[in-house]
Amino acid sequence: MADIRVDNLNLWYGDFQALIDVGAHFPEREITAMIGPSGCGKSTLLRVFNRMNDFVEGVRVSGQVIIDGQDIISDKPDLVKLRKNVGMVFQRPNPFPLSIYENIVFGQKVHTEGLSRSELDEIVEDSLSSVLLWDELKDKLRRSALSLSLEQKQRLCIARLIAVKPEILLMDEPCSTLDPQATGRIEELMRELKNNYTIIIVTHNMQQAARVSDNTGFMLLGELVEFGKTRDIFKGPKDKRTEDYITGRYG
Amino acid sequence: MRKLKEFIIDKLIFICGLASIFFVILIFLFLSKEALAVFKYVSPVDFLAGKRWYPISEPAQLGILPLIFGSLMVTLGAAIISIPIGIACAVYISEVAPSGIKEFLKAGIELLAAIPSVVLGFIGMVTLVPWVKRIFGLPTGLTALSGSIILAFMAMPTIVSIAEDALYSVPKNYKEGAFALGATHWQTIYRVLLPAASSGIVAAVMLGIGRVIGETMAVMMITGNAAVIPHSILVPVRTLTATIAAEMGEAVVGSEHYFALFAIGIVLFIISFIINVSADLFLHKRS
Repeated sequence: MADIRVDNLNLWYGDFQALIDVGAHFPEREITAMIGPSGCGKSTLLRVFNRMNDFVEGVRVSGQVIIDGQDIISDKPDLVKLRKNVGMVFQRPNPFPLSIYENIVFGQKVHTEGLSRSELDEIVEDSLSSVLLWDELKDKLRRSALSLSLEQKQRLCIARLIAVKPEILLMDEPCSTLDPQATGRIEELMRELKNNYTIIIVTHNMQQAARVSDNTGFMLLGELVEFGKTRDIFKGPKDKRTEDYITGRYG
Repeated sequence: MRKLKEFIIDKLIFICGLASIFFVILIFLFLSKEALAVFKYVSPVDFLAGKRWYPISEPAQLGILPLIFGSLMVTLGAAIISIPIGIACAVYISEVAPSGIKEFLKAGIELLAAIPSVVLGFIGMVTLVPWVKRIFGLPTGLTALSGSIILAFMAMPTIVSIAEDALYSVPKNYKEGAFALGATHWQTIYRVLLPAASSGIVAAVMLGIGRVIGETMAVMMITGNAAVIPHSILVPVRTLTATIAAEMGEAVVGSEHYFALFAIGIVLFIISFIINVSADLFLHKRS
């Protein structure tokens, strides 16, 4: 099952507690948005799910995060397998300084050896098609990925993820460097991807959360204040702090 | 008044900036003037492709091919030794080493760069040369190989520090992206970081080799200085630089030998100019 269940999750950076007793269930094949002001811990939470926080010095985690029946906090998961299954799209599009083709087959080359040329070609076509870039780029596969526009780069990064066939996509403010039209198109793509993937998106853009997500969680100072169906959260928040935030009183 | 002061300072800095270029041009002109005179005695082709270097026989034979081969062989050997070790060292320092070891290693590399070449040559002479002789069962340990090994030590600091710099300036989000796709640390290094830093690494190698080609003292002490075309790396060779250093003191000013040594200087000048310019091109491609 490609859902994520979080229980009693605490995380410290040195002495600073960045996540406090977080508990939530991220359902399969739905989009869940995490909103909240800067520094509230939403990106940190996202980075727990693929263990990217491991690179931060002095980080400690306690609690349970169950993905695929495995507790990825205490069970010492195979990080390569975990990250293959739980992919991440970053705030700034970060294609590698290689060709478009090489960017997409990167994951394949890393995980499976000895794929034939035609298998790789097929993967490239499939992944680029699923992010609606194939028609634009099919003649330019040998060009450097750095020559693409920001939106194309971000799509390429999503395609690169899809190529390794994950079940869960983590998106850390994927549209924050894009203009409104490009943002709209990426959101369109997310709705499309929802049919096959569980998506968790961190955003500081409340309209975006309201537009694309099925569930929303509101975080403040490391606490998950409220979590539920997006329409419930935006129509009738139960917590005063949530209400203040979504009505724009702070943040 | 203030304007005048600004003006003077401005021009002063301008002149200082020009000075370095000016000196290079002067040196080049002086070298050319002395060097071109040699072509009154020997044609450029015979000079570059001649196989005999007997500058004081009568008539003098001024072919520098053995010296060019000597320099190339020693440099090539040094490159083969220092490039893999230097790049591996740079990868270790920038990616793998914990911060304590990293600082320690960086200091060590700087120290290596600070050893005067005559000291390296001396150490090579008393330790390396006897080893080479014993291990390969040679009549003498003063060989191209010994020179290559010592020169590798001299190229290493340049290669390591510039390559490390290039690796360090690869944006961190490439690394994150690779890890997030499930790449291991090693896969991230050789599939993303090394290609991303490649132009800086090539520049590092070029500058390291540039240093090796111009090096004189250490090679003169340990390569045996036989001006014959080498057929293996285990025989004595003589480099372009060592020839100038060893013979300039004995050459009669204004003789064909004297002019030939200047012409060797021009050849060296051109080789290192080409290397430095291409290193520069690679460095700029990076930014």
